[in-house]
Amino acid sequence: MTMKKKQTIFMAAVLLLLLAASIAVDAALPSYHIAVKVIEKATVYALVAVSMNLLNGFTGLFSLGQAGFMLLGAYAYGILTIPVAKRESVYQYFDGGAIHFSLPEIFAGFLGEGVGSTVGMLAALLVGGLLAAVFAYLIGLPVLRLKSDYLAIATLGFAEILKAFFQWNALGPLTNGSNLLKSYPAFENATAYVLLAGVLITFIVLLINSTYGRAFKAIRDDEVAAEAMGINLAKHKRMSFVISSFFAGIGGGMLAMYAGTIAAAPFKSTMTYEILLIVVIGGIGSITGSILASFLYIFSSEWLLRGLDSGTFLGINAPGIFKNGFRMAVFSVIIMVIVLFFRKGIMGDKELPDLLNRRPKQRKKGGAVK
Amino acid sequence: MREILPYIINGISVGGQYALIAIGYTLVYGILRLINFAHGDVFMVAGLVMVYATTALPMYIALPLVLAVTVLLGFLIERVAYKPLRNAPRMSVMISAIGVSYLIQNLAFYITGGVPQPVSTPIPWISNNVVVLGVSTKRVTLITPVLTILLVAVLVYLIKKTKIGMAMRAAAKDFEAAQLMGIKINSVISFTFVIGSFLAAVGAMLYFTNYPSVAITSGGMPGLKAFVAAVFGGIGSIPGAVVGAFIIGLCEELIKGIGYTTFSDAFTFALLIAVLCVKPTGLFGEKVTDKV
Amino acid sequence: MSGTILKVENATMQFGGVVAVDNLNLEVNEGEIVALIGPNGAGKTTAFNVITGVYQPTNGAVWFEEKKIIENHPQGKMKSLYKGQHAGEYTSVLAPTPDQVTKLGMARTFQNIRLWKSQTVFDNVLIAKHCRTHTNFLAAAFRLNHKEEARQREHVEQLLGEVGLSDVKNELATSLPYGKQRRLEIARALATEPKLLLLDEPAAGMNPQETDELTAFIGEIRTKFNLTVFLIEHHMDLVMDISDRIYVLDFGKLIADGTPDEIQNNKRVIDAYLGVAEDA
Repeated sequence: MTMKKKQTIFMAAVLLLLLAASIAVDAALPSYHIAVKVIEKATVYALVAVSMNLLNGFTGLFSLGQAGFMLLGAYAYGILTIPVAKRESVYQYFDGGAIHFSLPEIFAGFLGEGVGSTVGMLAALLVGGLLAAVFAYLIGLPVLRLKSDYLAIATLGFAEILKAFFQWNALGPLTNGSNLLKSYPAFENATAYVLLAGVLITFIVLLINSTYGRAFKAIRDDEVAAEAMGINLAKHKRMSFVISSFFAGIGGGMLAMYAGTIAAAPFKSTMTYEILLIVVIGGIGSITGSILASFLYIFSSEWLLRGLDSGTFLGINAPGIFKNGFRMAVFSVIIMVIVLFFRKGIMGDKELPDLLNRRPKQRKKGGAVK
Repeated sequence: MREILPYIINGISVGGQYALIAIGYTLVYGILRLINFAHGDVFMVAGLVMVYATTALPMYIALPLVLAVTVLLGFLIERVAYKPLRNAPRMSVMISAIGVSYLIQNLAFYITGGVPQPVSTPIPWISNNVVVLGVSTKRVTLITPVLTILLVAVLVYLIKKTKIGMAMRAAAKDFEAAQLMGIKINSVISFTFVIGSFLAAVGAMLYFTNYPSVAITSGGMPGLKAFVAAVFGGIGSIPGAVVGAFIIGLCEELIKGIGYTTFSDAFTFALLIAVLCVKPTGLFGEKVTDKV
Repeated sequence: MSGTILKVENATMQFGGVVAVDNLNLEVNEGEIVALIGPNGAGKTTAFNVITGVYQPTNGAVWFEEKKIIENHPQGKMKSLYKGQHAGEYTSVLAPTPDQVTKLGMARTFQNIRLWKSQTVFDNVLIAKHCRTHTNFLAAAFRLNHKEEARQREHVEQLLGEVGLSDVKNELATSLPYGKQRRLEIARALATEPKLLLLDEPAAGMNPQETDELTAFIGEIRTKFNLTVFLIEHHMDLVMDISDRIYVLDFGKLIADGTPDEIQNNKRVIDAYLGVAEDA
């Protein structure tokens, strides 16, 4: 029990440190600085990766629909937050679109400018998450009965269908068809991203450590035994799927904020693969692993390895080799090495606080031998 | 009828191309129980190699080269990315397949600079225009289904009548028992990948003859659809994959014909989800029950 | 006290053309220890799977505590394929999933141990308590159920103490020796608070000493938890030792039932089963 307390305190300290770091970065650097951007994007990816881990890592459901749910969240956010005044120009091909309100403006109306628009933005994110959750519930009814790889391909297919719908011109007044959604508000600093994602991830952690999380893990370890011990498979799989999709939806909304524009095209299977690979790098079944891997992945691909794409890397100037695309090529080789030779990823299924626990456990084992 | 005829002809042709890819999926799944996510990318690489080879070399060298390179790629993928994971959980192998797909796409991006490569020297004769039933089309459209059926017939003969075919069937039925009976499982699996890649290469040559260029993402959609065809027909079954591919090819083109091009992809997946829900093992698939 | 807790009525389980369980009828009374024996492939585990809802019987019904919980009749293709008896006698369908059966008060163990591999001994038992929780996921995540959770943990501690696994509660379940894994599986089943415990070959793979311990253990928990026990077993010592009554299955059919003494002297049973067992 004291160990547990120690771990909680440790985790809280790490979180506070992260928060302090982001506040410091925000204070010291302008919001367009690469460090700020890396933190923002990595935070969003961390949230989505953790949500995917909840499903794939903790419940053992191999789903590849993440990009589809993110797409829902992103569009919901964009559609609900574009200022009324800008709708005419954004929806220029659709007569200003079908929706003539903006949540941040509505909330600003009775809560004041600052607080109101933030509440409005959060509300739009929430709607995106709920939308994703509702969709997950509906497609989960048939799809979750499928076994591992069939489930993967069916969820992948579902994401493709969604993408097609959002590009359909008949829905243009809502989705702007194949044109971009833009001019919507976004969080102004990295701290806001960290704070929101932190709260949401904390919730996921709490859930995983609750009786429901334990039931999820039982389903992952042995479905037949779980069912025989009174765990309703359909209900718990659906629950995990819906909750995971909810957070993917919110993550999608936050990604839209970060990117500044929304189109359906980027939410393709490659995005899901990328997130899956982050989860694998971090360790399937480790929340802290997913978070670490997200930061590592985004930091190296967006910043550290940038030189690989633009001529000079580590002081070596070789524009012939270090040209566009080299970074991702190197990156995917690294990923393959991890997938093949370090299958447990950075953390395996351990969490960061478990590292505290290591030494006493070994001592105890030694004692048992005597 | 006049208006939809070209779509039907196209549909049969596209179906044939999907069938050639789908066989690669279905064979591999039959033995390894693995969705080879990289198969669509192998198909794309075959297209790229074709573009490069046909511009630089005479046809009679270029085309065999495409086949050879693709087959080698398929073989290498299996040896490097799947063989080391033979005893790993299925999820790990599937992740490895996704990793390979990601790697091939990124390498192709690096080599092509992300620019779609134009099919500047299309294969002669088959890319000529002909008129059938008053519809003008490329000759490849007519040749594809014929060639597909021919290749499938050869493959079925190979699997039914030859020793390696028997070994493949044994491995598909029971992997471990086949191994215990002295079947060299690794050569059987390699052979399966070789066949799959060979057919994908043929499919790519036919497919990209109809397109102006090959992009790094060109493999994704045909690959996924071919996989859907394989599932639709009942994965593991070759006739199933072929029938599924023709059905999907036809439906897709007909949907384009009635003006819903945006949904031609979506339809395929809707069909997949519907089939999986009604008959999870596909049209020709065997029923399996879990032992408790 | 001695009411019928489980009644299997004309149950037939047919896979394609193969009849795995053929018109099975049996009753288990409250407080009894009843054994189901038979040669390999006789359909014992299939019968268990039918009773616990893993398989849906092709025809027939299962009653639990005087209530019909499972019922089925041949449908679709099976209508023409059906080779069993009592066709047309059953008309409705009652098909609970295994978790629903468990919640009614029936828990089981498996022939080939199915523990949750990545979980500790303690968590294996605690997870089995999940089906008795009344909180929703939000309340659970925000720890509003901490009282219930504490009660459950305490109960698990107590349970582990009673089955003698307290000292290894923080070990991984799969790191335990075989005999203790079997014991843990029983503890896990007990955590679901069953009235009827079904044990599928609990002594499989155990040496004589472990088997003796298990025999005593089953008797102990029966009294302690006020249980009825229904078990499949090949170890005849154990079966003859603790069973109040025995059913014998051969090729899916019931060939005998009675007290251990009766079974030991039954000609058909000796022919079908015991004779073979003695050779081995």
